[in-house]
Amino acid sequence: MGHHTEVQAKTKAQYEYDRHHNAVHMKKQVVNFAIMIFLTFLAFAVVVADFSPYLIKPFILLLAGIQVVLQLYSFMHMDDKNGHHIGVISTYVWSGAMIIFPVFLAFVTVVWW
Amino acid sequence: MSSVAVSKKKGFGAVLWDYLTTVDHKKLGVMYLFAGVLFFAIAGFEALLMRIQLMVPNNDFISAGLFNELLTMHGTTMLFLAATPLLFGFMNAIVPLQIGARDVAFPFLNSLGFWLFFLGAIFMHLSFFMGGAPDAGWTSYASLSLYSPGHGIDFYVLGLQISGAGTLISGINFIVTIITMRAPGMTFMRMPLFTWTTLISSSLILFAFPPLTVGLFFMLVDRMFGANFFDHTMGGNTIIWEHLFWIFGHPEVYILVLPAFGLFSEIIPVFARKRLFGYSSMVFATILIGFLGFMVWAHHMFTVGMGPTANAIFAIATMAIAVPTGMKVFNWILTIWGGSIKVTVPMLYALGFIPSFVAGGVTGVMMATAPLDYQLHDSYFIVAHFHYVIVGGIVTAIFGSMHYYWPIMFNRTLSEKLGVLTFWVFFIGFHLTFFLQHFLGLMGMPRRVFTFQADQGWDLFNYISSIGAIMMAVGVVLLVINVLLSIKTPPVNRRDYWGDGRSLEWSIQLPVPFYNFKQTPLVRGFDPCWLEKQEGNKEMMTYAEPLGDIHMPNNSILPLIMSIGLFIAAFGALYHPDGVSWSVPVIVIGLGITVLAMITRSVKDDHGFHVHVEEVIATEERLYGKGGNK
Ligand code: HEM
Ligand SMILES: [Cu+2]
Repeated sequence: MGHHTEVQAKTKAQYEYDRHHNAVHMKKQVVNFAIMIFLTFLAFAVVVADFSPYLIKPFILLLAGIQVVLQLYSFMHMDDKNGHHIGVISTYVWSGAMIIFPVFLAFVTVVWW
Repeated sequence: MSSVAVSKKKGFGAVLWDYLTTVDHKKLGVMYLFAGVLFFAIAGFEALLMRIQLMVPNNDFISAGLFNELLTMHGTTMLFLAATPLLFGFMNAIVPLQIGARDVAFPFLNSLGFWLFFLGAIFMHLSFFMGGAPDAGWTSYASLSLYSPGHGIDFYVLGLQISGAGTLISGINFIVTIITMRAPGMTFMRMPLFTWTTLISSSLILFAFPPLTVGLFFMLVDRMFGANFFDHTMGGNTIIWEHLFWIFGHPEVYILVLPAFGLFSEIIPVFARKRLFGYSSMVFATILIGFLGFMVWAHHMFTVGMGPTANAIFAIATMAIAVPTGMKVFNWILTIWGGSIKVTVPMLYALGFIPSFVAGGVTGVMMATAPLDYQLHDSYFIVAHFHYVIVGGIVTAIFGSMHYYWPIMFNRTLSEKLGVLTFWVFFIGFHLTFFLQHFLGLMGMPRRVFTFQADQGWDLFNYISSIGAIMMAVGVVLLVINVLLSIKTPPVNRRDYWGDGRSLEWSIQLPVPFYNFKQTPLVRGFDPCWLEKQEGNKEMMTYAEPLGDIHMPNNSILPLIMSIGLFIAAFGALYHPDGVSWSVPVIVIGLGITVLAMITRSVKDDHGFHVHVEEVIATEERLYGKGGNK
């Protein structure tokens, strides 16, 4: 390209701060990841253990709900209240929910049967 | 780099390389435009062949099988590979200029979106030369498509999957661009309507394409790997495809028509020389249409047998969409009302659009009446309806905007005289073709038939309809001639080509430099260009920053390589059911290329580059002469 690329020099303090911040962040991500693996394990476990479908179905749906929330809030940073454009992001998430809920409702009430 | 491009004449190879690697939204806009025109021409040609076949009863100009292929490819191409890229072309070329940005939020993804779309489209078209095109209609209902012999449907599924990924990527890119890259002062409620409709339309893409992806994926594994999602004999459900397709499909028609609304909302105030009437109600109507668009998919399935409750609910929901749509129509009319109207070519298209689109909306509400739809469904009435909204709404917007935005996109102009002629030939042809099809439908002619018996009262109307189709084709040829002639027109080299520009893009001195704005503009109100002109500002722009270094993204070949990888892998998947030995290796190699390109992208830091002040000044002087942009 023959142009300069950008090189940013960090101060020592900034470097230390970032390091600490990243470490805390990393820990949270790993813990959440472990929780999600565990939940997935539980889902398989109830099926393998051959419980009644009346238990399995609501249980797996519940786990799925928890996973969605974890996914959004932990991995997709919706818990980061001071993040950039968090308002817009929430708007999008809630619009998605508002769109999918009537679709879901229509399926289970009038369309499917 | 493009900064040098304007000064030195480059060889063909260098120009080609520049376009293959570009991440500049203006160049990608042009590429989308030309790719869109190419596929528009192909699909138009297919339509012409079909209309020749239907010109007279019992015709044997083309066979039934070929007719099904033409019909499927016509619909699929027009919606996914012509209308979508043409609108993306304008979004790319214009939206960053309207909001005062130097590029989109993710220039790399922008290029990736284009190449995925383009290679997916090429892939699908290769089907014609490789054993037959898809032949189950653009809706590709599972009960038909699962049993279609040959590889046609596989081309449809894989091609749409690839190009759909491109569309989704571009949609997300526009959402982020519009939310995060607006110039200081460009608040949400100062955004031009084309930007607003692009935002909402991109949001619809975000929510509507995943169901399509899921549906296509089910179809892929059903056909290629023997799964049974849609096979009722194996416990599947063939209706699920229809739901998935239409949960995507109805929003898709609004994905296309909302940007068209936006384009007309730009054109009409400029040539009525009046502020857009009811701006905030326009924004509100756009959002409401977007939302309601998701609540009506089952109006395509009234005759499936969902039962009276479902039919009634979806009928009411569908009719409700006519309300925000009506708001928009009244706002356009009231913008024109009392204006000092200049009937230029873009305005002509706008004036033709309003009644044509309203006619399409009215037939829509008729079909939304579920009991009546039992008569109309799968008849030529449906064909008439959607061509009135699509040609009358979207194609007129595209043609009108080509004239309107040509100066900004190419620094050249399209001929007004030829444009007026094109408009009338195309517009009369359009109504000749489709108006009578309403009555053909009412008289019982089913859609998607390759021929019909004589003396059922359909002969004359079909004949006239075919004449109209030929006129439309002539209109398109005239437009292409106009494009070719524009190469010879003198460069525009000034601001505000139409003299009555209102939004920010008209404040830019043409040709637009590759960094768009030498200084980020400060937007002081709605219609900033008009505002500055009112205050006698010769530069038509107030700046938000002093002249400084400009940060720009680097070009990259990686998007093309990633797309080529998927393109190769698709051939492996396509031939997999034939039991050929090379299918799995080809899939692995193709995906390997894509993944390697992705890893390269992730590992290699690319911070872009800076255009230094001296370079900016030099570029300005080269483009606009001594003294630069003054
Ligand atoms: C007031 C607005 C509208 C209403 C009430 C409406 C209603 C309907 C209904 C009920 C059908 C299904 C008819 C049937 O198959 O029996 C239909 C089909 C269709 N509409 Fe609309 N529509 C509206 C606007 C639009 C717009 C704006 C577009 C495109 C930009 C559009 C594109 C289509 C297409 C492509 C089909 C046919 C799909 C197919 O079966 O191949 N409609 N419309
Ligand atoms: Cu629809």
